[in-house]
Amino acid sequence: MIEFLPPGAILILGAALVPLLKGRVRQAYMLALPLLGLAQLYALSGSAPLEMLQFSMFGYELTPVRVDKLSLVWGYVFYIAAFLSVLYALKVERPGEHVAAMAYSGGAIAAAFAGDLITLFVFWEVTAITSVFLIWSSRTERSYRAGVRYLVIQVASGVLLLAGALVRVHQTGSVDFGFIGLEGAGGTLIFLAFGIKAAFPFLHNWLQDAYPEATVTGTVWLSAFTTKLAIYALARGFAGTEILIYIGAAMCAFPIFYAVIENDLRRVLAYSLNNQLGFMVVGIGIGTELALNGTAAHAFSHIIYKGLLFMAMGAILQQVGTAKGSELGGVYKSMPWSATFCIIGAASISAFPLFSGFVSKSLVMTASADNHYTLVYLVMLFASAGVVEHAGVKIPYFGFFGPDRGIRVKEAPLNMLLAMGIAAALCIVIGIFPRPLYDILPFPVEYEPYTATHVITQLQLLVWAILGVAVLKWYHIYPPELRSVNVDIDIVYRKWLPTAWAYSLRAGGAVWNSASGAVTGWLQRTYETTYRYHGPEAPLARTWPSGYMAMWTAILLLAVLLALYI
Amino acid sequence: MDNEKKYWLDDPANVRKVYYGLWVACIVLAALDLFYHKHVHYDFEELIGFFGFFGFVACVGLVLASKGLRRIVMRDEDFYD
Repeated sequence: MIEFLPPGAILILGAALVPLLKGRVRQAYMLALPLLGLAQLYALSGSAPLEMLQFSMFGYELTPVRVDKLSLVWGYVFYIAAFLSVLYALKVERPGEHVAAMAYSGGAIAAAFAGDLITLFVFWEVTAITSVFLIWSSRTERSYRAGVRYLVIQVASGVLLLAGALVRVHQTGSVDFGFIGLEGAGGTLIFLAFGIKAAFPFLHNWLQDAYPEATVTGTVWLSAFTTKLAIYALARGFAGTEILIYIGAAMCAFPIFYAVIENDLRRVLAYSLNNQLGFMVVGIGIGTELALNGTAAHAFSHIIYKGLLFMAMGAILQQVGTAKGSELGGVYKSMPWSATFCIIGAASISAFPLFSGFVSKSLVMTASADNHYTLVYLVMLFASAGVVEHAGVKIPYFGFFGPDRGIRVKEAPLNMLLAMGIAAALCIVIGIFPRPLYDILPFPVEYEPYTATHVITQLQLLVWAILGVAVLKWYHIYPPELRSVNVDIDIVYRKWLPTAWAYSLRAGGAVWNSASGAVTGWLQRTYETTYRYHGPEAPLARTWPSGYMAMWTAILLLAVLLALYI
Repeated sequence: MDNEKKYWLDDPANVRKVYYGLWVACIVLAALDLFYHKHVHYDFEELIGFFGFFGFVACVGLVLASKGLRRIVMRDEDFYD
């Protein structure tokens, strides 16, 4: 029976029941939904490729569900992420947060299986509107404002997508969501829409702005879906679009400079997330089978280890009350399990052999070298060393180790530890046995990650990079964590534009005041003069009673002029 | 805090051990390049210890550059408030 439901529907429809349930029943129910979804997907995968629920609207053939190898990779990992996030958020009392989170993840899954651009647009917006509640749930002024900025940008992406889709339909006569390419205005608009959600350079800042303002559990949800949905959409619509290689390389490199100096560790992870998306975008740009496999594999392992890292920093935030590097130190003594899981996540994102990043990122790296993108390859190598610095060392060090500040708290609750533990186990299992992951990728994989060359060169890169940090630390050159804000491109719309707006209002106000003052003054004088000569008892009124009429005409004129001005 | 458990990393001597251990690990890893044939894409990657050297320089360069970036982008914590 459940095979006939569109993927994602189980979470979206199931979310509606959450407020009606209580206690353990609700917990069991919420944990069961993603597992049910996963089972459904597995059942559907047998008959893939497959299209379902087609219907016509306004003469266009819509395909709400298309299951193929590319969408299945995202479907599987989205359901896994939903399960881990539910488990991590199990103790959250407010049902509204659960409803928003489940509808959000269900929307992302439904979007990944959309066979046409209209369906894609609908679920694209569903993810935008539901996810903002995870930010607003922090219930602070900061989170409210960050949420509004986030929502405006996400909805703008949706509007661009719809506009692009309509232009494209007009040009090609089809709403099919397959390869799109940059030809034509429609393709360019859709590319921009995807680019906003994928956090392309200059379009990226909503990510670092909003994610760290969400709740402890909300950020874990957010980290999995929105940006990876955009990666999926790019992989389907723009594979082999060369400009993506350079966009991706820029994405790999520039966020890591910010990650090094950022104090809020959840914001460090948001910059790091941006950098990881860069590797995936490069893979899409190269567009060969190996490269696209790399993008899919990296999205899969990335969702799990990035979720794990956000969970670990969330656990600190919940137990200690802050996730700022400048305030933390010695927390591993109180939270040894969280610290251990965090290190596993850090090793995975750094791509240490035996951890998941090692078997996925190397597909993209190899594809870039195979296709002679030497500079891009070197940028990614640099970025890989950078990942070791900010995610491999900085996150565990400033989060859990660092000089003891006497912080003594309780270890994270059991459900959070379980979520982190399962995520950590997945990171290791994928790292040691990559075959099952390779087998679900869109194309056959002949790649072997565990060669002497790959293992040793990678270990050299990573361990020497760690040594680099250690040497800087040893000689006290390493920059300390400081309470600060680092301005990024968001300064344009959070400072410059509002300042310019306020200034123009003030300047406009002054101009208005003096202009309207001059006009009313002139009218006043005209009126007085008129009154003096034409008013009752005035010289000109003596013989002409029409003087009254003249005065009233003047008053009317004044009224009209004022009415026009105001 | 006096009767609290003493952790291995609380002893500065052990931190020193970690630091020097890291040096040893790095040198051993670089030396491994002498004992197998590297299958790499580019000639420059065949240099002994190339990846180690690259990783070290990239990481130190990144941190120093970011330190410089702070001069341009760092503001007070309440800058946007």
